[in-house]
Amino acid sequence: MKKLKYALFTGCTAKQSTPEQMMSTMAVARKLNIEMIELTEASCCGASHLQDYDDFLSLVLNARNIAYAEKHGLTMVTICNTCQLNTAMTKHRLDNNAELKAKVNEKLAEIGLEYKGTSNVIHFLYAIIDDFGLDKIKEMVVKPLSQFNIAPFYGCHNIRPSELHDESHKQKENPYNPTSLDDLIIACGGKNVDYEEKNKCCGFHVELQAPHTAAVLTGTAIAGATDQNADMMVTPCPLCHLKLDTQTKSASEAIGREVSLPVLHMQQMVGLALGCTPAELGLKHHVTEVNFI
Amino acid sequence: MSTNSITTQKVNFKVFRFNADEDYLPYYENYTMDITSEEVVLDVLNRIKWDHDGSFSYRRSCRHGICGACAIKVNGRSTLACKESMTTMIEYFGNEITLEPLSTKRAVKDMIIDKADFWDKHASVTPYLVADIDECPSCENLVSPHDAEELNEADLCIQCGACHYACPAVEINSDFFGPAAFVAAYRFESDVRDSDAERLINVNEERQGVWDCVKCYECAEVCPKDINPIDKITKLHQMAFKRGVAKNNVATRHAVGFLHSIKKHGMLDEGGLVLYSEGVHIVKHIPVALAMFKKGKIVLPWNMPKSDKLDEIQKLIKSSSTVKF
Repeated sequence: MKKLKYALFTGCTAKQSTPEQMMSTMAVARKLNIEMIELTEASCCGASHLQDYDDFLSLVLNARNIAYAEKHGLTMVTICNTCQLNTAMTKHRLDNNAELKAKVNEKLAEIGLEYKGTSNVIHFLYAIIDDFGLDKIKEMVVKPLSQFNIAPFYGCHNIRPSELHDESHKQKENPYNPTSLDDLIIACGGKNVDYEEKNKCCGFHVELQAPHTAAVLTGTAIAGATDQNADMMVTPCPLCHLKLDTQTKSASEAIGREVSLPVLHMQQMVGLALGCTPAELGLKHHVTEVNFI
Repeated sequence: MSTNSITTQKVNFKVFRFNADEDYLPYYENYTMDITSEEVVLDVLNRIKWDHDGSFSYRRSCRHGICGACAIKVNGRSTLACKESMTTMIEYFGNEITLEPLSTKRAVKDMIIDKADFWDKHASVTPYLVADIDECPSCENLVSPHDAEELNEADLCIQCGACHYACPAVEINSDFFGPAAFVAAYRFESDVRDSDAERLINVNEERQGVWDCVKCYECAEVCPKDINPIDKITKLHQMAFKRGVAKNNVATRHAVGFLHSIKKHGMLDEGGLVLYSEGVHIVKHIPVALAMFKKGKIVLPWNMPKSDKLDEIQKLIKSSSTVKF
């Protein structure tokens, strides 16, 4: 099999509040012999908030990030659902609006760059499922997670809007019955837990301005997984991880019930199954203790 | 002539039943039917009423995706019954299908709900054109094609309520206007003839306004007219800044804080953003921050990473910024 190589857009949290996500991404990439060229020049994607303030500026900054992936001639891989959404949405808008693309390129020319539209943008979840292959991952599992009930938490921005999502990866995901993460859990030898909240919102994006709404969404999601006997949750989104891992107190108060589950990054789950050590995967960085290792 | 033959498959339906005049609690009735590949969800509702139980109640009218009356939930997904094919629903959910009203807690009889909250919120955004009209104009009040495009199809909303009752923020926060009301507000805010000064201020108020949108994209996913309500919500955010009506509060500072962080570091300074957004109220986040710090999840200011080629980012921010706050 030809060695896979991607331009890695880390996003901001992997460098700050979720260091374990960066560690586990690189650990899994090493196990799967995937080469990652980190886009160290990249800026924040705006996380759907800069876009509320200055749409054109966010387009220019995201186009610059993609332009760097294009300079490497590589597909850009993201490890955050919201980074994926904002980058893919920028690509979609520029690829479908020549006038807008020209305006953005006028700005990028000031720093000697051009957005061409030649690099695809995919989330690491779909890179390993579509490009590496679930069957191959299954073959490489050395520590199957067979004793665990694992609740997938997809995160909004990887599955909606589905039209945009369908452009960025090969496996068409059903936003009302997504399967990618479930399939990955099964490939890792775990038992996937089905629950109503698996494709719902965690509330992260209104944590500051609407804390009660955010807390109810977080609490309901953890409670839904708990009620289906999940031992842990797993998510491809570091923002969902942060909300579900660190905000259990306010979530419990909001729904009037004590809730708390370990929340693994998708990469940590795969890494465990592939035989990576807990230290390599940064499992000590979780606020809600990962106490089953 | 179509070469596709009509196929049939057996589907089990679990149907929400409730009569507010007679029932203390709702219950579910089961029906099994052979569904053809040509049927839409409304055909199933009709068959339940005509073939199984004449008391089964639901709203329907135009049968052509225009009136918005027949919206219900299929396996939790808001759906315009007359437009959505059963084949798609079976592809989504398999052969076990649950039919429920848009909001089970607002059910009056079976699929019929009390939409008062929806209409009240719709009315409260001034969903009509406000303009001083010359009763005897010398010429037509022309709108250029470019200006008409700014409506961005918001005028196609049929008030079905699919997005409103799919919105998790509406479910939790009863003050929140919801995506359909925001689409209506955007429809008139983006109309060059409109002169209402209060609407945009109203939809930017805390708790009820656009800043409480959770950005989950459910509204975009379920809208049967492809209006993309969250796109209109984003445009209302942008309008608030551009027209200078955005208040200085935690929500607006949260958006603007990204610009400051990116200008300084290229990346987002997560701690700095919370401080900038919350001001002195940051103290309420201290317990969580301490728990994160213990686990190595907080980067101290002097260790804040920066993007390479930060000068490029700063140059672009200087030349490409279109808004001031």
